[in-house]
Amino acid sequence: MRTFLKSREAILSAAILALLALIASRFPAFVEPGNLARVFTDTSPLILLALGQTVVILTRCIDLSVAANLALTGMVCAMLNAAYPGVPVAAILILALAMGAVMGMINGIMVWTLNIPPIVVTLGTMTIYRGLIFVLSGGAWVNAHEMSAAFTGFPRADILGLPVLAWIAILVTGLFFIGIARTPLGRAFYAVGGNPHAAVYTGIDVGRTQFMAFTISGMLAGLTGYLWVARYSVAYVDIAGGFELEVVAACVIGGISIAGGAGTILGTLLGALFLGIVKNALPVVDISPFWQLAISGTAIIVAVAFNSRSARSKGRIILKRAEGHA
Amino acid sequence: MGITRRLFGGTALAAMLLAGGAAQAQDSVRIALVVKALGIGFFEAAAKGAEEAAAELGSVEVIYTGPTDTTAEGQIEVINALIAQNVDAIAVSANDTDALVPALKKAMQRGITVISWDSGVAPEGRQMHLNPSSNPLIGNMIIKLAADNLPEGGEVAVLSATTTSTNQNIWIEEMNKVMGDYTGIEVVGTVYGDDLADKSYREAQGLMQTYPDLDAIIAPTSVGIVAAARAVEDAGKVGQVNVTGLGLPSEMAGAIESGASKSFAIWNPIDLGYSATYLAYELATGDAEAAPGAEIPMGRMGTLTLDDNNEGAMADPFVYDESNIDEFKSIF
Repeated sequence: MRTFLKSREAILSAAILALLALIASRFPAFVEPGNLARVFTDTSPLILLALGQTVVILTRCIDLSVAANLALTGMVCAMLNAAYPGVPVAAILILALAMGAVMGMINGIMVWTLNIPPIVVTLGTMTIYRGLIFVLSGGAWVNAHEMSAAFTGFPRADILGLPVLAWIAILVTGLFFIGIARTPLGRAFYAVGGNPHAAVYTGIDVGRTQFMAFTISGMLAGLTGYLWVARYSVAYVDIAGGFELEVVAACVIGGISIAGGAGTILGTLLGALFLGIVKNALPVVDISPFWQLAISGTAIIVAVAFNSRSARSKGRIILKRAEGHA
Repeated sequence: MGITRRLFGGTALAAMLLAGGAAQAQDSVRIALVVKALGIGFFEAAAKGAEEAAAELGSVEVIYTGPTDTTAEGQIEVINALIAQNVDAIAVSANDTDALVPALKKAMQRGITVISWDSGVAPEGRQMHLNPSSNPLIGNMIIKLAADNLPEGGEVAVLSATTTSTNQNIWIEEMNKVMGDYTGIEVVGTVYGDDLADKSYREAQGLMQTYPDLDAIIAPTSVGIVAAARAVEDAGKVGQVNVTGLGLPSEMAGAIESGASKSFAIWNPIDLGYSATYLAYELATGDAEAAPGAEIPMGRMGTLTLDDNNEGAMADPFVYDESNIDEFKSIF
């Protein structure tokens, strides 16, 4: 089983390398280290949200409100900065994390205590959060010249040749690798998604675990909200419109089973990178915009086809590992 | 007792005001400037232009009004109120092409001059429509903005909104028609940012990679032009790649400041309000008639020529650069 999972990530890695080779054959400059770093930076928001989404999907839930959460937090951060340019970036970061977490908790509480299906809850909160942006901003933009230099400079500040935005993605990915593999909560995500009934018998609170997953997802969405707005130096109502689907797609391509309980952090990372490379390469290799959507869609369908094959044996992982630990 | 007196006093005051208004109506032309919604910088600026025209014409009273949010229902209420007040002319920037037609028809039946400006109403609901600019003028302006900064010619690329966006496609088509007038300027490609900041940013980045010698990016869309300017700044190509096109001064002020954009264009709302008021005055006083081919004077903006649909274009889009951005960025 482990070897099969390993080979799944191997397939994805091979696909990414093949994709890069294909692009390089048409446009060699794309694979220069400097450009690959740019592509990684550009994919960082997707990686951050996909990691949060991964733990949500692992627990058999889905969070469709991440893009709206991102947009609302981003707008609040931008409006705060426009009104009080003196507020330090550290305070804005804390605000973004807290706001995002609270919005994630709202999703989590409704799934946990009211037992409403996650897709319904997050579809509802998605609309509410988007609506709130209108209420707060009155539909107006916050523009580059209204933001302070520190505010817009933070995600693009250079550390060892990579912008802070990329470092944050690397740091969070590292935390997830450790958190999923080495903490009880990380294992609980798999247990809850793999077999909720069995999880209850081992003393795991299913609802609470799902609540934690939503909180983590929301917190990352909030953080990304600030980074997004600062990076593009503009905040408007439709920021990251439709981005939630891209986030779910990254997870699915990465092999996270929509039925819960199966998939890896490495898979999500590779899935996000795959999508990021496709999105960044399509404008460069001069493919008709009419084809671009079709190509992205094909990549997702192929990935889902792979997933449905691997889904057959899902669930056994948990039992096996649980046996091993017992 | 106090309340009664206050009520009575209020009524008396209102009566006096009404009487005063009626008396004034005898000798001045009352023109209502109906906007999409109150409190929008763009329309406040148009109102400023309307006052300028009123001062120039003399004996004109401008009534600046509109609903509190951009709904057709709100505008219909406002129009009905204006009919009741028996104004001389209504100049409206419509929230809906068709919804206002019945109310405006009623106004015209009462002898009120009705024109639309900025955002038009269907032909049966107005006597004429003032477009801020025309498709050929916009198409010419966007390439001119790029060419003006490239005396020796160069490579330019277009960053549009979506592939199906009608106005964008028409402007680009018009731009291509006049390409011959700008020797040495070569359009190397057109990409689409879908009016999303992140996609436009990526597409702009892609353009700079695909065409290392690129000199200018033309983005005739407000989301696209801002994102392209950001991409140029992040790529460290300020000074090499000039971002231009159509955008709002408040949104583009940062890009002008950083040098990523040397200039861009959009219609000037002050001129627009000025022209609409002038045209409404000319029609209301009977000095001009709205008919295909008619040439109606509009003060310092020259004359407006109406086409077969009784529509006309005011002028070239107004160019914003370092010299005037500070003045306009707070307006709209």
